Amino acid sequence: MSKNVVSQRRIYFDHNATTPLHPEVIKTMTEVMPAFGNPSSLHSFGRKVRQLVEEARQQVSSFIGANPDDIIFVGSGSEANNTVLSIFTCPSMQCMLQSQARTEIITTKIEHPCILETCKCLVDRGTTISYLDVDRYGKIDIEQLKSTITAKTGLVSVMMANNEIGTIQDIKAISQVVRSKGVLFHTDAVQAVGKVPVDVKDLDVDFLSLSGHKIYGPKGIGALYVKKGVPFCPLIRGGHQEKGRRAGTENTLGIIGLGKAIEMRRLEMKAEEARLLELKAVLKKGIQEKIPDIQFNGHPTDCLAGTLNVSFQGAEGEAILLYLDLEGIAVSTGSACASGSLDPSHVLLATGIPAEQAHGSIRLSLGRASTKEEVEYVLDKFPSVIKKIRSMSTAYAKRSKS
Amino acid sequence: MNQENNWVYTDKLKEHFMNPKNILKDEDVQAFDGKGVVGNMKCGDEMMMLIKVDKEKQTIADCKWKTYGCASAIASTSILSEMVKGMRLEDAYHVSPKDVTKELGGLPVHKIHCSVLGDKALRAAINDYYRRNGMQEKIEKEEARIVCQCMNVTDHEIEHAVLEGARTFLELQERTKLGTVCGQCQDEAASLLEEYIQKHFGPEGQDQI
Repeated sequence: MSKNVVSQRRIYFDHNATTPLHPEVIKTMTEVMPAFGNPSSLHSFGRKVRQLVEEARQQVSSFIGANPDDIIFVGSGSEANNTVLSIFTCPSMQCMLQSQARTEIITTKIEHPCILETCKCLVDRGTTISYLDVDRYGKIDIEQLKSTITAKTGLVSVMMANNEIGTIQDIKAISQVVRSKGVLFHTDAVQAVGKVPVDVKDLDVDFLSLSGHKIYGPKGIGALYVKKGVPFCPLIRGGHQEKGRRAGTENTLGIIGLGKAIEMRRLEMKAEEARLLELKAVLKKGIQEKIPDIQFNGHPTDCLAGTLNVSFQGAEGEAILLYLDLEGIAVSTGSACASGSLDPSHVLLATGIPAEQAHGSIRLSLGRASTKEEVEYVLDKFPSVIKKIRSMSTAYAKRSKS
Repeated sequence: MNQENNWVYTDKLKEHFMNPKNILKDEDVQAFDGKGVVGNMKCGDEMMMLIKVDKEKQTIADCKWKTYGCASAIASTSILSEMVKGMRLEDAYHVSPKDVTKELGGLPVHKIHCSVLGDKALRAAINDYYRRNGMQEKIEKEEARIVCQCMNVTDHEIEHAVLEGARTFLELQERTKLGTVCGQCQDEAASLLEEYIQKHFGPEGQDQI
């Protein structure tokens, strides 16, 4: 045994970053691994895999209330989001948007970087972007959305559940507004699908992005729902795969794993989210009781069941993260120091909290394997970590004096 | 062999992070001979350094600190506080982030920024000591004024960069990295850039832009 073992216990409270494969997913993927055929091939090798891929498409589409034809398998949630935005740079002017001169996108200040960075890039190509504000809890203001939509608006893109603070938007109400103005609507539902009920017809969206590895499926696989008949432009060209909407030989193993992961979500989601909500309540109460000078971020009720974001005054997030890591507890932070970017979380800043509070934020995201005992272990270790950091903090000393 | 326990930082850094040395506890701040506070909460870090000076030998007799900072800031300041004890003030003044990083056995590139706070605060504390003891002549070097708090860039360095050929704000940033963190200094830096171009190159200098 290595003498460097710091902690025997290892607790994973970072499920919004990624999740372990569901045992059933491992089983299915292991079983189908030898099936190597190219699904585009007409022979038996290909046909066998084609069948498995189409089964997965069926699993994914039925879970979100879509037709199988409207599901495109892509490499990730980020690729799904990038694909949607690519209708604004359609090189062959196929997209209706171009002819209608709809050159404006409306999105929010709390989107994932794969939306925000791509939007920034589109500005250089003649697109105008409006960023909706959010309130203290991370909710957008429908009235602001109404007044921001113009005749030139081509797309509104609002994430369904936020990865950092867990806030869930009222997508149905948003889509009603967008729809009434005749504008396309996309929602990045990477953190929502498999955690809250999602039905594309009920939500009335044109595009919806989802990802495999956030819901106990494999990494490197995502899916994009595209409503039949809406403008679409492939991001990756040069192949007939996915009906010409996404070139490149399919990630067959990933697709089959995603299908199984979704199937398991269908069976387990409801009971599990209720259980996570209870665990989070214990965690939240414990932190509140054991640690002074904290503030919870995100919406108190319209929030992902397993997500808890909290700011600790006078304690820097990366230091908290690494001290917890030494105790075997894995979390994430909105502090700049952990990202390498030197800027704290854009999501937390958008909710209006001061930068120093964003630097001192920690996200705990629980998942299907999380237990009450783990929550208790975290509650046991957490206070001393915060105490230790605060005891050497310039910011906390100053605070307690005042 | 234990891959799972690999740390993003070196063992030495980890040791100083887990058990930081010389943290100011309940001691009276007034009992120290020099105090330096640097950093910016907006950028997510702040450092206070306190020194006691052996006035006969002009050496650092004791050194205590506190910080709002990440693991690198904590560890690098811990090690710095050990390094400078007993050191002559003049030598301690010239301990660079490079020396600290070397002592730590290296840092990831994007963490270097976090490790410069300690020695900045130490210089500020030494200067504070000089000031309190009527030794102003010793602090002439630091008369350069820090414009960019985050990346520790002084007006002298901006002037130097202009003399070295920087003519645009981007070129200035490339050389000094100023204004790349919180960005608060960008307006001031831009006007200083113009001022130094004018000073050294006159109107023709501007034409080169």
